[in-house]
Amino acid sequence: MSALPYLPTDLWAILPELFLTQAALGLLIFAAVTKRESEGLVARLSLLSLGVTLGLLFVSASMSGTLPREVFAGMLTLDRFGIFFKVLILLACAATILFSLRFVGRSPYPGGEYYGLILFSAVGMLFMVSGTHLVSIYIALETMALSQYVLAGYFKRESKSLEAAAKYFVLGAFSSGILLYGLSLVYGAAGTLSLAGVASAFASPVRPVFLVVGILLVACGLLFKVASAPFHVWAPDVYEGAPTPIAAFFAVGPKLAAYAIFARIFFVGFGPGSGDWTPILAASAALTMVVGNVGALLQSNVKRLLGYSSIGHAGYALLGLLAYKTDYGLWAILVYLVAYSLMTLGAFGLVILLESKGYAGESVDDFNGLARKNPLLAATMLVFLLSLTGIPPTAGFIGKYFLFSAAMKAGWFWLTFLAVLMSAVSLFYYFRIARAMYLVEGEGTLHWREEPAVSAAIAVCLAGTLAMGVLPQPFVRIAQTCLLR
Amino acid sequence: MNGLLSLLIFLPVAGALLLLFFPREKAKAIMWVTTVVSGLEFVLSIPLWLEPSFRTSGDFFFRETVDWIPSLGAKYALGVDGIAALLILLTTLLTFISVYSSFTAITKREKEYYAFLLLLEAGMVGVFCALDFFLFYVFWEVMLVPMYFLIGVWGGPRKLYAAIKFFLYTLVGSVVMLLAIIALYFFNTTGLLWWRGLGNAPTFDIVHYHAIASQIPLDLQIWLFWAFFIGFAIKVPMFPFHTWLPDAHVEAPTAGSVILAGVLLKMGTYGFLRFSLPICPDASGTLWVQTSVVVLSIIGIVYGSMVAMVQPDMKKLVAYSSVAHLGFCMLGFFALNTAGLQGGILQSVNHGLSTGGLFLLVGIVYERRHTRMISDYGGLSSVMPIYASLFMVILLASIGLPVLNGFIGEFTILVGAFLANWRWAVWACLGIVLGAAYMLWLYQRVFFGEIKHDENRALEDVNLREILTLAPLIVLCLWIGVYPKPFFAMTAKSTEKIVAAVSAPRRATAEAAHAAAATAATVITVAPAAAAAPEAGK
Repeated sequence: MSALPYLPTDLWAILPELFLTQAALGLLIFAAVTKRESEGLVARLSLLSLGVTLGLLFVSASMSGTLPREVFAGMLTLDRFGIFFKVLILLACAATILFSLRFVGRSPYPGGEYYGLILFSAVGMLFMVSGTHLVSIYIALETMALSQYVLAGYFKRESKSLEAAAKYFVLGAFSSGILLYGLSLVYGAAGTLSLAGVASAFASPVRPVFLVVGILLVACGLLFKVASAPFHVWAPDVYEGAPTPIAAFFAVGPKLAAYAIFARIFFVGFGPGSGDWTPILAASAALTMVVGNVGALLQSNVKRLLGYSSIGHAGYALLGLLAYKTDYGLWAILVYLVAYSLMTLGAFGLVILLESKGYAGESVDDFNGLARKNPLLAATMLVFLLSLTGIPPTAGFIGKYFLFSAAMKAGWFWLTFLAVLMSAVSLFYYFRIARAMYLVEGEGTLHWREEPAVSAAIAVCLAGTLAMGVLPQPFVRIAQTCLLR
Repeated sequence: MNGLLSLLIFLPVAGALLLLFFPREKAKAIMWVTTVVSGLEFVLSIPLWLEPSFRTSGDFFFRETVDWIPSLGAKYALGVDGIAALLILLTTLLTFISVYSSFTAITKREKEYYAFLLLLEAGMVGVFCALDFFLFYVFWEVMLVPMYFLIGVWGGPRKLYAAIKFFLYTLVGSVVMLLAIIALYFFNTTGLLWWRGLGNAPTFDIVHYHAIASQIPLDLQIWLFWAFFIGFAIKVPMFPFHTWLPDAHVEAPTAGSVILAGVLLKMGTYGFLRFSLPICPDASGTLWVQTSVVVLSIIGIVYGSMVAMVQPDMKKLVAYSSVAHLGFCMLGFFALNTAGLQGGILQSVNHGLSTGGLFLLVGIVYERRHTRMISDYGGLSSVMPIYASLFMVILLASIGLPVLNGFIGEFTILVGAFLANWRWAVWACLGIVLGAAYMLWLYQRVFFGEIKHDENRALEDVNLREILTLAPLIVLCLWIGVYPKPFFAMTAKSTEKIVAAVSAPRRATAEAAHAAAATAATVITVAPAAAAAPEAGK
């Protein structure tokens, strides 16, 4: 027993991840030996395994005794914070699969590996959010990212898809390198890479200069992952070029995981002792909000517009990180990310349902007159747009309220002021879609298909967006119990 | 009558949902259902008028409180005082009239139109009922969406521009107001920036904030005041934030203009009464703050009137006259005495009645001729005599002729302004003169003289339905003009509370004492006159 650096019971803590890895491998082999006819089955089995993994999360939590619990010598920690993110990530993956059923099914590309890759990247994300050691976080991050590079270029004869994959890969690898270099400097300063060790090493008042550089580089790497300025340029191109369900996935899944490690590394590791890193993040947040929201004003392609809007939202979420010293900061991020996931997935889902011009061609004008042709779809889209703008009674308002109040509480007044102004700006481009749907006479080119899977996913997002807007208490309460302490 | 306010908020929502089940083609049925719902809503709001407590106390009645977001301390808290009750009555009446007046004006997408109108009503009533900041903010924003669509779908040629301009302006104002709400929230609990908090339990309860107003330091009050000011002044709208108003008014359909002028602008003035004055009383009484607001009000009065004078478009003329009228209301409020406030509130109501009426009247000829240009009319009094006389009554009410409501409001405001600073009153009088000029000139050009356009010879006079939509407004204009006492009585007690708050002795900190010295001239001279002032209006 003593030969192992960990207890066998530690395995309980990673039961969901273990299961999901096996399921993904099995499905990959199953898809390889069967023909394309079994593709639908593979998709359903992927959904099923995500569902089982979701259940196993709670099994493993209850088997692990009191939380938080460090396992594998501090490489991972099982805590409510991680479980909160894991649930969201699994739901986002499930929504992506629902979005993909028909989209991939009628494409000329075999879907077996596609679903396998989604599951693999889910495994990476699950490990990311429970990682409490910079090495385990980094490895999980790469696991996630490698699957996603492939997914971005999955439609390999579409030049836009290839372009997206190439950009994502080159910039992603570059940013991973920066992150890794930053980690090595942190190691040099702290002599350890476990977050708790880093935190206690930084408690001493003497801080070498290269530590500051290290933190700066880690921040740059992470800012790339959440698509914050000035590391955002890949996002609109990738969202436009990647298959639409994958764009929806990129806008939510990896961002959730990236915010989780961002919060963990900066709140726990670099939190109290490592000097003031907030000016870096504040500058990035300000730039991100402006670039994202102003950039979106100029877009006519809906996917690019949503890409820029998600950059803007990344900027808002950084406000929560800046408020790390108050109870509100992390709470706000959690609440906000729930809202963000619901509304972003919903909006992308409608774009998938309404796809008209083939690959990545939707312009805002295609929405013209949708309210006349299909009032239900138009009203659903309207709710998501209101939520993205942050108008009550929708989830987006609750999320933004929390972020803005967290930033105010932490004293970032000028940044909050900028943020509220930028959300007023965002009204302008979100409501270009609303305007096209309701106000513009004439016919757009959109057609919708009966796709029960996509509609079901959208319906869940819609119900969630409204429920969280009207009765936020349960959501807010759960988030409050899942903080990092 | 517990639950009355909830009923008033959710009845229109239920009505809007009910409309969704009607097939699009059944436009008639949709109209009548909406009429019944909005009529019922008005009837249900009448107990607010009959309630005697408003006349004896400035507290909030019809209260309802349910926990909503306990983690934040936000509650679903409703309650009204006399001011809010009066504005709710105005809302339900004007919505009913707007629905009834839309029968022939709206000929496309009726189902959505009436549904949005009802949702708008729910939002407006909610704003006046909310006693919780969070809830207030929700209603305040919710109401923008239906108004955006009312302007954008059923509006005039530049509707797209006007709709988004309306939305953007008000949204900018409200998000800045949200910052003030958040700041207040943290000041009440653990503190914010360098301001040490009061350590109370987190809450958004507006009554609580009224109670702690005197503990808010002056510098924070001034920040809060200006943040609220941006939110409310855009809504009112005060100069220089008024530019959305003419666009929105001109492009909106008639009913939209009526509600916009009659109720939406009143939310701005209501905001000043409910939040700015009672929560930032020391800031409001600070001389430079008070003077700035008054100067902007006076600019609004004079500039609005002068711009109204040169408008070729009747609706635009009425829109700019709104800027002037609302300038009067704001001048009254920031005289910071009973007469000014009482007059300002009454003038808010008056403006809803007379400007709402003017928009209805313009809508009537617009439906017949599809133009609002003054130069396209002339000599209408001979072809539409009843219309001409109805127009005359409402127009005179708007000018402020004695025996009609406008006179009472403006006179009381002028008394208040005179007590505060006689120079203000002089400038405001200039506005009254200009008001009479542009209105009468409008009347002359539209109704008198030769008929210049042959299309106008065959114009039908107003029909029974149109008379019925205008009749309640005219009756109320006369009632307020002849016997305003019940209206003043509704608002007297609440007004006294506000005046007491803003003229309370300043705290003995050096900064506050300094401010008090600066404002002593305005506040102290007002105090003895305050008691006698409402008598002047009666």
